Amino acid sequence: MDVALLADRVRRAVLEHTLDNDGGYMSQACSSAELLATLYGRFMNIGMPDRPIEPRPWLGTPRHGNTEYRTGADFNGGVHDARDRFILSPTHYSLVLYALLVETGRMSPQGMKQFNRDGSSVEMIGAEHSPGMEVMTGSLGQGLAQAAGMALGRKLKGASGRVVVMMSDGEFQIGMTWESIQFMAHHHLDNMVVFVDVNGQQCDGAVDSVMRIDPIDVRIRSFGARAAVVDGHDPAAIMKAGSRAPDGRPLFVLAMTDPCRGLDLMRKNAPKLHYLRFRTPQEKAGYKAVLDAWPKRGS
Amino acid sequence: MEIVSRPHGRNLVKWAADKPDVLVLSADLTGSCEADGFRDAYPRRFISCGIAEQNMLSVAGGLCREGFIPLVHTFAVFICRRAFDQVAMSVAYPNLPVKMFGFLPGITTPGGATHQAIDDVALMRSLPNMTVLETGDATEVESVLDLAYSIDGPVYVRMLRGDVPRLFPTDEPIRADHPRILSLGDEVTVFSSGICTEEVLRASAVLKARGVSITHVHISTLKPFASGLIDQAIRAGSRGIVTVENHLVDGGLGTAVASRCASTGVGRPLVRLGLQDTWSHGAGRAALMREHGFDAMALVNAVQDLIGANLSISLADLGAVRVEPVHSVAKAEAL
Repeated sequence: MDVALLADRVRRAVLEHTLDNDGGYMSQACSSAELLATLYGRFMNIGMPDRPIEPRPWLGTPRHGNTEYRTGADFNGGVHDARDRFILSPTHYSLVLYALLVETGRMSPQGMKQFNRDGSSVEMIGAEHSPGMEVMTGSLGQGLAQAAGMALGRKLKGASGRVVVMMSDGEFQIGMTWESIQFMAHHHLDNMVVFVDVNGQQCDGAVDSVMRIDPIDVRIRSFGARAAVVDGHDPAAIMKAGSRAPDGRPLFVLAMTDPCRGLDLMRKNAPKLHYLRFRTPQEKAGYKAVLDAWPKRGS
Repeated sequence: MEIVSRPHGRNLVKWAADKPDVLVLSADLTGSCEADGFRDAYPRRFISCGIAEQNMLSVAGGLCREGFIPLVHTFAVFICRRAFDQVAMSVAYPNLPVKMFGFLPGITTPGGATHQAIDDVALMRSLPNMTVLETGDATEVESVLDLAYSIDGPVYVRMLRGDVPRLFPTDEPIRADHPRILSLGDEVTVFSSGICTEEVLRASAVLKARGVSITHVHISTLKPFASGLIDQAIRAGSRGIVTVENHLVDGGLGTAVASRCASTGVGRPLVRLGLQDTWSHGAGRAALMREHGFDAMALVNAVQDLIGANLSISLADLGAVRVEPVHSVAKAEAL
C-alpha cells in the first residue's frame, strides 16, 4: 500500500475513534502518521501474521505459572533473529499504532472496539501484551535502553535483524535517554535506528515552554550518534534518512512534524494538544463535519 | 574460623566458564564488586555501562529478551534506589532473568548514608516476581550463582565481598526458601540473616552455656518467605522471638517474620533488632552494629528481657567465643 495513503487512513481512523469515544490521542496521529506508516509500510523488515489477529483479552501479568501470557509481538510477525524488532517508546501513541495495525491487516477491525475496555489487552497506554508491543515502555525513557540491550544482544549473537525504535521528542528531557545514547555510541550499536517524532508537544504544552531540548540534533551528535533531520510528513525523506549504511554509530532520524497535520481545526487548542477532548457539542460537531467530509483517496 | 578472601571474584570466573549466555554488567565498580577477573577472562561477555545505572538495568532487560542472562554488579544502593523504576518495569514486571548483585548491604561499608543500602530488601521484596536472597558467609557467596541462575525470573542478591567468614560447610549450599536451622531450643527463637548470623552464633553460644534454650534460624531467602520451617521455628520460641538484620527493621526480615507470626496466630513477643527507622553514617561495621543495636550484646540483652533474667554476660564472654562452621540440624522436623 502507498505510504501516504496508509498515513491518511490512520489519521482518519484515529479521528473516527476519537469521536466515538469522546476523546483521544489525536495530535499524536496527526504528527506521526507518515512516520509510522513509513516504518510499517516500507522501512521495517518484519513478519506478517497469517490473518488479521483478534486481540486477546488481558491474560494476566507475566509470572511463574502463567502459560497463557504473550507479548503483542505476534502482530509484527513474531521475533526472529533475521528480522527487525519494533519498540514503541512513547506508548501514548498506542491508539495510532492500533489504527495502523488495522489498516495494514495485522489486527482485526474489531480490535479498535476493545480500546481501553475493561479486561482488554488493547490498553489506552499500551503494555507489552498490547497489540504490536514487545516491552514495557509507558514509563518514558525506558524504551531506548531496552532496545539498546536487544541491539547489543543481537550483535553478540550475530543476528542480522535491526532494532527499530520510535521515540517522542519529550523523552529527550529525560536524563536516562542520554545515558542510553552514550551507551549505544560506546558499544557501536549501529544495528538500531531510532525515529523521533519531533512534534514540539508534550503533556503540559509546547516543549519549548516546558523544557527546551534544542538543538536536539547537535546534542545527539555530540553524544557520538548520527542524527538526520527530515520532514516528518515526507515518507521518501524518512525512508532515505533511515536507510543510511551502518558506520559503527547508532542512527537517529529526527522527523520534524506538525501536531495538527491534516486537522487544522485542532490548531485552536494549541498549546494544549496532548489529548483531544470536546468541550461542547458544537465543538464535537465541527470535528464530525471534518470526518464526514474526509476526502476519498486512492483505492 | 576460616576467612575466605574474595570468594565471589574467584568463583565467578570458574562458574561462568561453561555458560556462554551469562554476561556481566558493571557500572564503574568492577574491581569493587570482584568482577575484574570475569572482565579479564571473558572480555566479550563483560559489558561496561559506566556510571549510568538506570540505563544499565533497562539494557539488562533488553539482553534477556535476546536470550542472555545478565549478572548486574554494582553497589546495592545504586540498583535499588537509583534505578528502582527501571528494575520494576524493565525487569520485574516482565519476569526476566536479570540477576542483580547488590554489594555493600546495610552498614557493611564505612562509606556513609549514600553508600549504605539499609532499605534494599524492603524495596526489592515489594516487587512482584522478584526473588530476594542474602548471603551470610563464603559458602553462600560461592553457591548463590547456581541458585540465582536456576531461578526463572529476576533475582536480587545481597552480596558480600572481600574477606568473608565461612560459617557453613561447603557441602551445604544456599537453597531457595530453605532456612538453615542452626540450633534447636524451646525458649527463644532467633532469626538472623547476612552478617548478623555470625553475631548471633557468638551470643547464642554464651546464652546456651548459661542454660537458655534457643532455636536459631539463618535466613538466606527473604522472598519468597513461605517455608514451613519458619512457622515451626516461630512456634518453638515459647518466651518470644528475636529478629536480627543488617537493614531497617521495617520491610526486611523483621517485617517478614512479624507477618508470619500474625498469619500463624502465634501471639508471642517479637523483638526486631536492626536499624530503627534511622539513617546511619560513616563508621566501622562493628561500631555501627553496636550503635544501632544489632550486635551480639544487643541480642543478649533482648533475650534477657524476653526470659526475664539477668545472666551477667560481658563483652569479654562474647569475645572469647570461637565461631566454627555449623551444620544445619539434620532433622528440622524435630522442631
